[in-house]
Amino acid sequence: MTFGGGGVNTLHPELEVMLESSAAAPRPRRRISLSRLWWWLVFILGALYFILPLVGTLAFSLRAQPFGAAYTNSIADPQFFATLRYSFVIGIITVIVSILIIVPTAFWVRLKVPRWRPIIEFITLLPFVVPPVVLVFGLVTTYSRPPVPLTNTDFGSNVLVISAYVILSFPYMYRAVDTGLRAIDVQSLTEASQSLGAGWLRLLWEVIFPNLRVALLSGAFLTLAIVIGEFTIATFLARPAFGPYISLLGGNKAYEPAAVSLISFGLTWLAMIMISLLGRAGPGRVQIAGAR
Amino acid sequence: MLIPTIYLVVGSFRDNAGEFTVQNYADLGSDLTRQAYLTSIEISLVTAIAGAILGFLLAFAVISGGLPPVFRGALMTFSGVASNFAGIPLALAFIFTIGRTGLVTALLVDLFGLNIYGAGFKLFSKLGIEIVYLYFQFPLMVLIIAPAIDGLRRDWREASENMGASSAQYWRYVALPILTPSILGATILLFGNSFGAQATAFQLAPLVNIAPLLIGRQLSGDVLHNPGLGYALAMGMVVIMGITILGYSLLQRRSERWLRR
Repeated sequence: MTFGGGGVNTLHPELEVMLESSAAAPRPRRRISLSRLWWWLVFILGALYFILPLVGTLAFSLRAQPFGAAYTNSIADPQFFATLRYSFVIGIITVIVSILIIVPTAFWVRLKVPRWRPIIEFITLLPFVVPPVVLVFGLVTTYSRPPVPLTNTDFGSNVLVISAYVILSFPYMYRAVDTGLRAIDVQSLTEASQSLGAGWLRLLWEVIFPNLRVALLSGAFLTLAIVIGEFTIATFLARPAFGPYISLLGGNKAYEPAAVSLISFGLTWLAMIMISLLGRAGPGRVQIAGAR
Repeated sequence: MLIPTIYLVVGSFRDNAGEFTVQNYADLGSDLTRQAYLTSIEISLVTAIAGAILGFLLAFAVISGGLPPVFRGALMTFSGVASNFAGIPLALAFIFTIGRTGLVTALLVDLFGLNIYGAGFKLFSKLGIEIVYLYFQFPLMVLIIAPAIDGLRRDWREASENMGASSAQYWRYVALPILTPSILGATILLFGNSFGAQATAFQLAPLVNIAPLLIGRQLSGDVLHNPGLGYALAMGMVVIMGITILGYSLLQRRSERWLRR
């Protein structure tokens, strides 16, 4: 007797059994609608928590006078586009380097040494084990003195920041590529192209890459989204990137940071929409977690 | 990647003059650093557990709670965005919302006459950090746990109902035992996720004493500049994260048993 009404309990036991069986038919429906109500409540509360900070930021950014000044001011600031462009370029280079490393590796592991897969998977998980702040600590202390003083020059620092981002991108890229490779018959494609006389380079470039296009693009958008907002690594390597710019703005201006935060949120959203659009077209899925 | 790691290990055993020492690790026991680690671990635990519970409920609501399927797609996309929306912009968004002059702060005063700042609330505090971290914690939970909830097959529920199990019994003996490894694994991942976070806390509450900020300060040489201690701090974080990921992959292997079919 779990869901009987309070008054029923005082009835004679036999009557109670009868009542219970006769009440059994309508009861499930009421229970389902009650639980549905509860799930609606959960969903609405969750949605509120998601949306309120965005609304708060929007409301704050619109307080600037005249209307929309926070946005026009932000965009008019030459630093805005300069840092955004810097982060974007760094992001694109990161994606290219990451693809050039990950695709041949994942392909080779899949084709020749499948038993290495756990090891490779572990290596691609390393960025989770070594948080960005530790990674950049290691990089700065290693490369800021002889024999390889990279942080002394702009170029050296750019190399460092790109290599750090490439490392950060490994988990996303590898997962995306691995999912993509799973969807195609690597073995047959390799044998077919080799029997047609293609070398390894040609095989990778003309057969494997095109087949992985969707997976690569979704990995690329995710990496871009992460790199554009990244703060920790960029700031300790003193790079003129978008993340440090927002942080600086947050300390100096009133309304503009709200506007730029929303713009940055919009960029992340754009990347995710691209990924889910791509996901509909083929393999590849939304990946998780970025630089905090 | 490997060179800096090796350097880190070696460096953590050197003092400022380059001599071998374990003093850096001994320094980890000092009040300042111990406190930093404890606070970090506490924040990570709280946000991981709260995030896991909320994320699970939310994922379950849209998958099996009888809500229209549109909401499921919306939640998934939004979770993808929110779990990646972190760092500086996130911290700023919360400052604008429940900071001193934020929208929600003002609304609470207007609607309920409740002044949270009068009541001692501070966004630039441990609690504040926890509230903000939850914003990327539970979307991540939604994303990780959704496949596991999807994996709960209708047949199991129907089978247990046919055998006369109540809803509570179904959860106690069927659903939870299957989901436990996934939930635990996801919680561990959330722990690591917030343990390594630096940028958000830096913008929100730079003065709160947590491990990632302490390393950052060692690096930028603000106060007690001692690279050796920085190495040891970094190693401490790596060790904790290593344990975290190890636990995660063990549980992952266990939960995949059910998901594969």
